[in-house]
Amino acid sequence: MRRAERGDLVAIAFHLNRRPIQISVAPRCHLADMLREQLLLTGTHLSCEHGVCGACNVMVNGVVIRACLMLAVQVDGAEVLTIEGLTADGLIADLQRAFVARNALQCGFCTPGMLMTAHELLARQPAPSREEIRIALSGNYCRCTGYHAIVDAIETVASQRRGAAVG
Amino acid sequence: MKPSAFGYVRPETLEEALDFLADHEGAAVLAGGQSLITTLNMRLASPEYVVDINRIECLSHLTQEGDEVVVGALVRHAEVAASPLILDHVPLVAKAMEHVAHPAIRNRGTCCGSLAYADPAAEMPPCAFALDARLVLANRSERRTVAARDFFLGVYETARRQDELLIEVRFPVARPQEYFGFAELTRRHGDFALVGAAIRAQCQRRRILALDIVVFAAVANLVVSKAATRLAVGREWSDELVDAVASGVAEEMEPMDNLQGRPETKRLQGATLLRRALNKMMAEVDHAAG
Amino acid sequence: MAKSSDSLIGKSVARPQAERAVAGRGYYTDDIAAAGMAHAVFLRSPHAHARIGRVDLEAVRSAPGVIAAFSGADLAKICKPWQTRLALMPGHYSAAQPPMAIDESCWQGEAVAIVVAESRAQAEDSLELAQVEWESLPAVVDPEAALAQDAPLVHGDLQSNLAIDHRIEKGDTAAAFSHAATIVEHRFHFGRQTGVTLEPRSILAAFDRRTELLTVYQSTQVPFQMREVYAEQLGLNPDQVRVIVPDVGGAFGLKLHAYADEIAVVAAAMLVGRPIRFTADRLESFVSDSHAREAIATARMALGKDGMITGVEVDLIGGFGAYSIYPRSSVGEIMQTIQLVGACYEFSAYRGRMRGAYQNKPPSGAYRGVGEPLAMAITEQMIEFAAAAIGMDPLEFRRRHYRKTSREPTTTTAGVVLEDLSLQVCQQKLIEHMDYHELRREQTSLRHQGIYRGIGLSAFIEMSAGPSLYGPQGVRIAGHESCRLRLEGSGRIQAFSSSTDQGQGIATGISQVIAAEFGIPFEAVRITCGDTNLTPYGSGAWASRGMSYGGEAALLAARQLRANVLAIAASLLQVNAADLHIENGIVYDAAGVEQTTVANVAATACYSPHQIPLSTVPPLEVQERFFAKNVPYLSGNGIQAALVEVDIGTGLVSLLKCWVVDDCGRVINPQLVDEQIRGGLVQAIGGALYERCIYSEDGQLLNGTLADYLLPMAGEMPDIDVFHVSTPTFSTQLGAKGVGEAGTIGGLGCIWTAVNDALRPLGARVTHQPFTPEHVLDCIAAASSGKQSETDRSALGG
Repeated sequence: MRRAERGDLVAIAFHLNRRPIQISVAPRCHLADMLREQLLLTGTHLSCEHGVCGACNVMVNGVVIRACLMLAVQVDGAEVLTIEGLTADGLIADLQRAFVARNALQCGFCTPGMLMTAHELLARQPAPSREEIRIALSGNYCRCTGYHAIVDAIETVASQRRGAAVG
Repeated sequence: MKPSAFGYVRPETLEEALDFLADHEGAAVLAGGQSLITTLNMRLASPEYVVDINRIECLSHLTQEGDEVVVGALVRHAEVAASPLILDHVPLVAKAMEHVAHPAIRNRGTCCGSLAYADPAAEMPPCAFALDARLVLANRSERRTVAARDFFLGVYETARRQDELLIEVRFPVARPQEYFGFAELTRRHGDFALVGAAIRAQCQRRRILALDIVVFAAVANLVVSKAATRLAVGREWSDELVDAVASGVAEEMEPMDNLQGRPETKRLQGATLLRRALNKMMAEVDHAAG
Repeated sequence: MAKSSDSLIGKSVARPQAERAVAGRGYYTDDIAAAGMAHAVFLRSPHAHARIGRVDLEAVRSAPGVIAAFSGADLAKICKPWQTRLALMPGHYSAAQPPMAIDESCWQGEAVAIVVAESRAQAEDSLELAQVEWESLPAVVDPEAALAQDAPLVHGDLQSNLAIDHRIEKGDTAAAFSHAATIVEHRFHFGRQTGVTLEPRSILAAFDRRTELLTVYQSTQVPFQMREVYAEQLGLNPDQVRVIVPDVGGAFGLKLHAYADEIAVVAAAMLVGRPIRFTADRLESFVSDSHAREAIATARMALGKDGMITGVEVDLIGGFGAYSIYPRSSVGEIMQTIQLVGACYEFSAYRGRMRGAYQNKPPSGAYRGVGEPLAMAITEQMIEFAAAAIGMDPLEFRRRHYRKTSREPTTTTAGVVLEDLSLQVCQQKLIEHMDYHELRREQTSLRHQGIYRGIGLSAFIEMSAGPSLYGPQGVRIAGHESCRLRLEGSGRIQAFSSSTDQGQGIATGISQVIAAEFGIPFEAVRITCGDTNLTPYGSGAWASRGMSYGGEAALLAARQLRANVLAIAASLLQVNAADLHIENGIVYDAAGVEQTTVANVAATACYSPHQIPLSTVPPLEVQERFFAKNVPYLSGNGIQAALVEVDIGTGLVSLLKCWVVDDCGRVINPQLVDEQIRGGLVQAIGGALYERCIYSEDGQLLNGTLADYLLPMAGEMPDIDVFHVSTPTFSTQLGAKGVGEAGTIGGLGCIWTAVNDALRPLGARVTHQPFTPEHVLDCIAAASSGKQSETDRSALGG
């Protein structure tokens, strides 16, 4: 059983964007703060720290989670993918291109979290309706776009992927 | 805000976890963390230790055992929502799942965590209540099973003792002649409900043998509506009955007066919600009756 | 314009900034770390109003990780208080405001002490050890109550809670109303809102004691304004202060203001001698960001026997919060409301009165649209009530009253100078595109099935840019925008603009203008905004001035630069400059034959200037500034429509679809413009249906979290169709008018009319925005019990 007292640091080891990392963190440090402050990966954003806005979405062990609602110590032994890693992998290149082309972002602050959600949506539901896209995005707050362009961009990519799959 | 400092403990076994909880009153259990870490981030709670149970292997089960579907403490909302066992055998929970939060929250939050936290607007407690599911609690010395209808005591208040872990919930498998309805009124998709209802009915063709309606969100305490039972049991489905039950249950409600609205508003909304949910059930009954 | 490159004007070029953002390479203030950086946290008053006794920070200073802790009195030693003043409105008095409260704190959330520590968490830990003596004082919350005879004073230095009392009067409204054939009257309540930028306010300040230079990274719309403020308050020369704006994650007017806590961070940085970063967390954002919109308005409209409007009256009270926000004041919202009520329509008598009320709440400030959304909401409801009262189709009623088009500027009854409008054309286009009459048929047939749909319209006017709003008031905010262009030896242009970009795409639009006017590819322009050491002086982003003024300055600079380059080229080629033109970076003669390249000319001018046979070689670095001289504002216009469905069993309002026809003159980048309109409209929807800062009677904010303050999310928002009419402004050569606020300006009004339209068969009307389900149910109940809501005394039957 791992145990750390208040004030101790906990040594953890995990894979971050496909690379092994060893780091010590305070128990109270959440995943988003570890990524941003200690690992200098600032693509994951903080806006509420109550799990509502979605700006902090990252992938842990293959699913999208709120980095503000996971303690950094909890990723010990896990696979963590941030927007930087997802970009490097090329897995969302079509989504990113579509977002840029359609201007599905303005200030860009919600965008990494939004792309995470879009990525997971299309992995689970390759042919979502506009309504289903909106429902899936309902946990990502955007103040700039009004969401219409974001729905357009995701719909476009879904259709492109289906077209490509059919060949 | 950042949390106050706390110690961190990550037991590998259930025994280790229960031992620690027994010896440390100021410990909080971390399962999904979607509620706990929010309260920590707002400094609404400052536990001495956080006990991370996410490594305990024996808590991840989602199985059928006889006439119950058993959901372990670490089963995530997303797993419940995707589970064929739940879809086939616990349709009330399946109906409720689409209302639970958002994908990122569902990937992490747990069914048992939601039951243990007992937020009045959460979806899992009224489902468990309507089904009178069985909740299994364990501490260092013993394991006990509490009926859902004895478990929920009020807003964020349950029968779980501080040194106990809710290790699993056992939902009864749906029986033939059972019908279920779930409805909630929200301002936005995934929000906590303004008013909601979990409904279990037992019908012989169009004749109602049981009608358990549990209103939630607007009210502080979960109850099975006496009005519904009184008005419906022994009768046949009809438009008039639906209206009478909806009004009766709404009148019986003891809604809270808060930011979400005044009590009479919630009664109005509750009546509308119930009428629609019961109409839907009636249509299903009619369809099954042929 | 240069020939082929002018296909860039009107082209939906993608934003280079977007490429970074989608990859997580945004560069926001909280992403920036400096060597030796510390973190600041504030102790904020838990009381709406309190006297502050002893502030004991001794234990705080000894806590782990703490570097320093300061009270309001500590900071006052190096930082002057400020006082918002408007030279043309001497009756507007605001108490002097220090960076942190000293003897008296006037709103829940006001900063009272600052802790600087190695980490935010440690700073927050240490605050629990602070000991402050509070004596709770009576709090004033409601704006009307604030103006009552015996109301407690919001601040000890005020003589009264009345911040300002101003009237506009033209024509004889008394006569209009006494002779009216029909009068409609209504009382409107607008809830207090806050902008909720996704990126909270954020600042990183460092004073280098070696060079005596202050560097501030800040998420702000107005770097030059902030430079002046920091210099003034901290006793520096503006030339010692550099304000750099990284990426900004949303602003909407919130980040126009000088915030006490941000100034406190700068002061602390000077005292501590280390860089200090402060980023507001969401809980403190709700109680410290500027608020907006809180107002109560009573409006009356008089119609003659012919059904034409003869007079309009508005009496408006706005909630200012505890101070008139610095330096622009909190007056703007109510001023623009009474200036623009009725502005789309012609009538001869108008009386508008505005009063500002201080309250023990956060100071209110500019928020997208600044009063114009209220003006349109009030006007459009009155239009609808008036049309219903005389049994006229509301489309026809509007058509009869729309301001006539005019090449020359005209003046409204309220005294607002307007350029040419296109309201008739916009309405016509809207009706066609939305298939209005079909929607009306559908509405009628659905009503028979008990489904209540509403179709709402709102015409609107957007006033944008404007050079003289602040200078004459003695407020040190620039009225113009500037652009400097440097042609490099490589043939690329580096551009520096005083405009700033928070994601709306101003930087891209300006680059398009430069590239098109000069004659090089879009990719050959690199633009820098938001750095007071690098960019020429101007005012930044507010009142939608980016493309209209910033774009014009860029146009003028590019034109001058092109002329300079052609003069040099002509002398090198020994031809007439008039026979040369530039396209895609190549210099052509009149016959279209390539003569040389821009890069060659630039390289010669940079590295071998002696080869140029001119006695004076014109510079390849050119700066121009612009402001419009002939009109105080540019004026765009348009009309919006919303299709809603009201569930009368729950009170929930669903938005089915929205449409906007907007005339912002020349559209530089259609996609960026359309997206501004969409985003602005959804922001209005937030105000219409969801957003309100809810206060207890004793001034406590009850819903200050993202779970409780409801914002529009994707699941409930409609698709929005956008169309354009183009009436270029004659005030600029570019012809672009502002458009950033258009969606918000008309949005509230059209949702309001739509909901009322849905409820019309029930005789119900909504009066309080936001139209929560409870409010909708209440209005339906009031109508059915015969009590028409509020003091609404319409001439309608019921």
